[in-house]
Amino acid sequence: MSGAVAVTGIGVVSPSGVGADRHWASVLAGRTAIGRITRFDPEPYPTRLAGEVRGFDERGHVEARILVQTDRWTHLGLAAADMALADAGVDPARLPEYDMAVVTAASSGGTEFGQREIERLWSRGPRHVGAYQSIAWFYAATTGQISIRHGMRGPCAVLCAEQAGGLDALAHARRLLGEDARLALSGGTDASLCPYGLAAQLASGRLSRGDDPARAYLPFDSHAAGHVPGEGGAMFVLEDDAAAEARGAASYATLDGYAATFDPAEGRGRPPGLRRAAELALADAGAEPADIDVVFADAAAVPELDRRESAALCALFGPYGVPVAAPKTMYGRLYAGGAALDVATALLAIRDGLIPPTVGVRRLADDCPLDLVRDRPRPAAVRRVLLLARGEGGFNSALVVSAPRPSRARPAHNGGGHGHEPTDPGRPEAPAA
Amino acid sequence: MSADPSGRVAVTGLGVVAPGGIGVKAFWELLTSGRTATREITLFDATGFRSRIAAECDFDPALEGLSPREIRRLDRVAQFALVCARDAVEDSGLDLGAAAPERIGVSIGSAVGCTTRLEEEYVVLSDAGRDWLVDPAYVVPHTYDYMVPSTIAAEIARSCGAEGPVALVSTGCTAGLDAVGHGLRLLREGAADIVVAGAAEAPLSPITSACFDAIKATSPDNDDPAHASRPFDLNRHGFVLGEGAAVMVLERAEDAHRRDARVYAEITGFAGRSNAFHMTGLKPDGREMAEAIRAAMARAGAGPDDIDYINAHGSGTKQNDRHETAAFKRSLGPRAYEVPVSSIKSMIGHSLGAIGAIEVAASVLALQHQVVPPTANLHTPDPECDLDYVPLIAREARLDTVLSVGSGFGGFQSAMVLSRSGRA
Repeated sequence: MSGAVAVTGIGVVSPSGVGADRHWASVLAGRTAIGRITRFDPEPYPTRLAGEVRGFDERGHVEARILVQTDRWTHLGLAAADMALADAGVDPARLPEYDMAVVTAASSGGTEFGQREIERLWSRGPRHVGAYQSIAWFYAATTGQISIRHGMRGPCAVLCAEQAGGLDALAHARRLLGEDARLALSGGTDASLCPYGLAAQLASGRLSRGDDPARAYLPFDSHAAGHVPGEGGAMFVLEDDAAAEARGAASYATLDGYAATFDPAEGRGRPPGLRRAAELALADAGAEPADIDVVFADAAAVPELDRRESAALCALFGPYGVPVAAPKTMYGRLYAGGAALDVATALLAIRDGLIPPTVGVRRLADDCPLDLVRDRPRPAAVRRVLLLARGEGGFNSALVVSAPRPSRARPAHNGGGHGHEPTDPGRPEAPAA
Repeated sequence: MSADPSGRVAVTGLGVVAPGGIGVKAFWELLTSGRTATREITLFDATGFRSRIAAECDFDPALEGLSPREIRRLDRVAQFALVCARDAVEDSGLDLGAAAPERIGVSIGSAVGCTTRLEEEYVVLSDAGRDWLVDPAYVVPHTYDYMVPSTIAAEIARSCGAEGPVALVSTGCTAGLDAVGHGLRLLREGAADIVVAGAAEAPLSPITSACFDAIKATSPDNDDPAHASRPFDLNRHGFVLGEGAAVMVLERAEDAHRRDARVYAEITGFAGRSNAFHMTGLKPDGREMAEAIRAAMARAGAGPDDIDYINAHGSGTKQNDRHETAAFKRSLGPRAYEVPVSSIKSMIGHSLGAIGAIEVAASVLALQHQVVPPTANLHTPDPECDLDYVPLIAREARLDTVLSVGSGFGGFQSAMVLSRSGRA
């Protein structure tokens, strides 16, 4: 079991679409899914835009009994987990119960559920707090519910590192597959778009206050002024690659390299840790910078953070040295769900040989000499992707994913393939690259 | 540094903030005296709550060396963690300033994060729950840090100068054990040379008390707080909420020996399983916890006869204590009847995500002192709990290998094996 770890299933709940295909089609079309907040009246708040997962009817994904016990963040996680399992063609009931692990990232827990219960407590008294606050708000709720739903009795974990946690969770799942797990459901979701969740995010000082969805979230742009918050995320089925091959399962990619670092305290005169995370992840994958076909950037849209990320990328790849993607400009930062969603988007980029666009950016900041893929998808043979994610407070994580052998790959969807024009519907689908 | 999946990992430094006294010495004195630190809640006005008792820490952050800014900025949970981490590093004799920052990692567990400050800020922003659309004009700068619990681990990392992998592990009530287990993994896979690992919790706030009230998980024995936490007793009525933290310095055993460090104990095996049954309920058969114990023992290369003491989860709920007793029998066979088992929650309550690390600290000290801490308040044995729970009085014993287990909401079950240093 010390071999490669393959991703055999993807589940996506994104502002850009529920389901990987819808999300991907919307992203390739360059459509922004950012809009005025509808879950509550955002008028009193200086930030009024967000990437909401619309068209998600939780009743279609979670049975009524569980719905009332869980926050929206968990609804999104349960739905994404189901989609990932279906996509992988895995029936957990047929696998040994202790061989299945569940690892999720959480950034802020069941925020909306928690606000409702604290409101009851303070407006009506302690006896009005509901029985499910104890299991809905805490950070482990999604992992626990997924484990129960699918009878997965192997090792379970929950890692928190804000946005970076989504990569940490997948790396931890890979770690467990190297021990005694045979399959892992892993990823992350977040849903903090309630009044208190937004107020707390405002305190970070990193939220955009723009009112134009097309120009509110502009990483690496000379007008970068914070990010737009979003909700949603992605879950994945991970398997030992050889075991997946033995059962005839196609693979999106293998998780080949990972590292996490932490920034030094201010004033220590030491360099930030993002570059080192990327270098260590490349080394873990046995890859050189030249092997990387695209970088999915953290894309904070805070000028100093953009400058740091750009400096890390330029140190590794040279100025304009590698295509950089920030599709999150279309749906916002989803925190624990955001890095996971980036991984899903990267795997689809590998499958179809298309680098997704970054939208809204008009003029790169002078200190961000990056080959940012803008406005339209760029056809390319995407064999290896480096993903970067940073978590509030100093967390840096980097993940390298690699295309499977062509015989193991998922067939490309319409419009995919390096050097191919969109295929006509009657043409058989061929593996990308 | 290359990976060594079965490499030996030593505990070389310890810091504890627990009810009954701050510091390792006070902690061990309380545990071996069999006294209890459970009392009426003083941290907030618990009038109107079903359970009005808790195991509180007498913690003065200024006295513990925190700066005015740290006290203002940090939730109580992060204050606990920071004090413990500083104590643990000092105790280890390591000069972290001379160590390579890139090779220092951090792994901290917490179940409910900065819940106290989150609630306090909510009360202000919502005008005591009146306004659903909370007023952002009242938001203080650190509110976002309270919403994302990872800031607790980040605080420890900055304090220790750690620039390696930093994790906040949040698997509910097994988070403490799991965070130490995560530290073990980081060392074995070669991601770090030194890991500051442990857990902290400060859940004594109205919302946490109310949510456990709502499911009747906590003891309503408000008239006799000192005797309210009664694991394995026939008359147990639920757990008593607690708070606290324990942080330890972990290193590879060969590194510790090379620098002549004092080694408290070695962590030899860790494993987790889940019951996939219920978010809060437990089946009486203890099956999945037994599986976690078997896996942890297998990784440690230990068999049932090697286990000399079990530091139990022993929360004092009806279900848990039966579940756990069954798990010990299932995993250790006849040996379960010979091994002393005890629950320190009888004395310091259940501090959710912190307690697993605090129990690892107790296990480490048990190995060091060759003393088994007792289960306080165990006067009336439950016929369904028929093992040797070391009632009331601490016991000297030859301890070479110790098992510490945890069980929590979400169905998570974790087990860790620790051994006296020097044993293969």
